[in-house]
Amino acid sequence: MIRSLLAFTLFILCSTGGEIIITYAMKIVGEPARLRPREILAFLGRALRNGWFWVGLPLLAASFYLLLLLFSWEPISLVIPASALNPYVFGTLAAKYFLGEQISPGRWAGVALVCVGVVLVATG
Amino acid sequence: MKRELRLRIKTFVMILAMVVCANAGDLMLKRGMMQIGAVQLSLAGLAHAFVLTVTTGTIWLGILFLIGFTASYMMLMSWADYSYVMPAGAFGYALLTLLAVVFLHESVSPRRWIGVALICAGVLLVGLTKPRTTEVMARVAA
Repeated sequence: MIRSLLAFTLFILCSTGGEIIITYAMKIVGEPARLRPREILAFLGRALRNGWFWVGLPLLAASFYLLLLLFSWEPISLVIPASALNPYVFGTLAAKYFLGEQISPGRWAGVALVCVGVVLVATG
Repeated sequence: MKRELRLRIKTFVMILAMVVCANAGDLMLKRGMMQIGAVQLSLAGLAHAFVLTVTTGTIWLGILFLIGFTASYMMLMSWADYSYVMPAGAFGYALLTLLAVVFLHESVSPRRWIGVALICAGVLLVGLTKPRTTEVMARVAA
C-alpha cells in the first residue's frame, strides 16, 4: 500500500513535471511561422536543441515505467482512472502556478466535466 | 478578432491531428503485434519478436503515426495553453468509443455513454475559453 502510494506520487510528479517542462520548452522555442513541412521540420530541430526538452523527456520516460510498476501492483480498474485524471487535475493546477496560465471559471467547469467523464469511460 | 479566429482554427485542426494520430498509432501497433502473436518471455523470444516488429509494415505505420502525434503535441504547446489542449484532447475518448461502436460493433455500457456525453460537454466548455492566456516568450522565427 505504502509503496503504491509512493510510486503513484512519484508518477504524478514525473508525468506532470515532464509535461509542464516540455510545454515551457516549446514556449521558449516559439511556434513555427507557418504550418508547412519546411517550417515544421525547422521547429522540431530547434525544439530538439532546447535544454529544457531534455529535462522533461527523461521525466516522462520515468513516469511511463512507474505506471508499468503500478499496473503490476494494483488492479487495473484503479490505476487507469487515477492515471487518466492526472493531466486534468494536477496538470491544470501546475499550468496555472508554474506557467501562469489563466484558468477561467468556464475552463475549470469544463475540466471538471472532462474528469468525471474520463473516469466513467475508463471504468465503463 | 481575425487573429483570434485564426488561432482558434489552427489550434482546433492541430488538436484533431494529435488525437487522430494518437489513436491511429495505438491501433496500428496493436494490429501489428496481433500479427506477430504472443511474445515469448525469453532472450531468444524477445530477439525474435524484435526482428519481427522491425520488419512488420503495420508497426512502422504505427510508429509513424506516433511521431505525428509527438510533433503535433510539441507544436500545440508552442502556442496554446497546456490547460486548454489537454482537456480539449479528451474528446479522443469519445472518438474511440464511437469508432468501437461503428467499426468493431462493440456494445457500450450506459455508464460509458454518460461519460462520453460529459466529456463532450466539458470539451465544449473548455473550447469556448481562450486557447492562449500567456505572453509569447519567443519571437516567431521564420
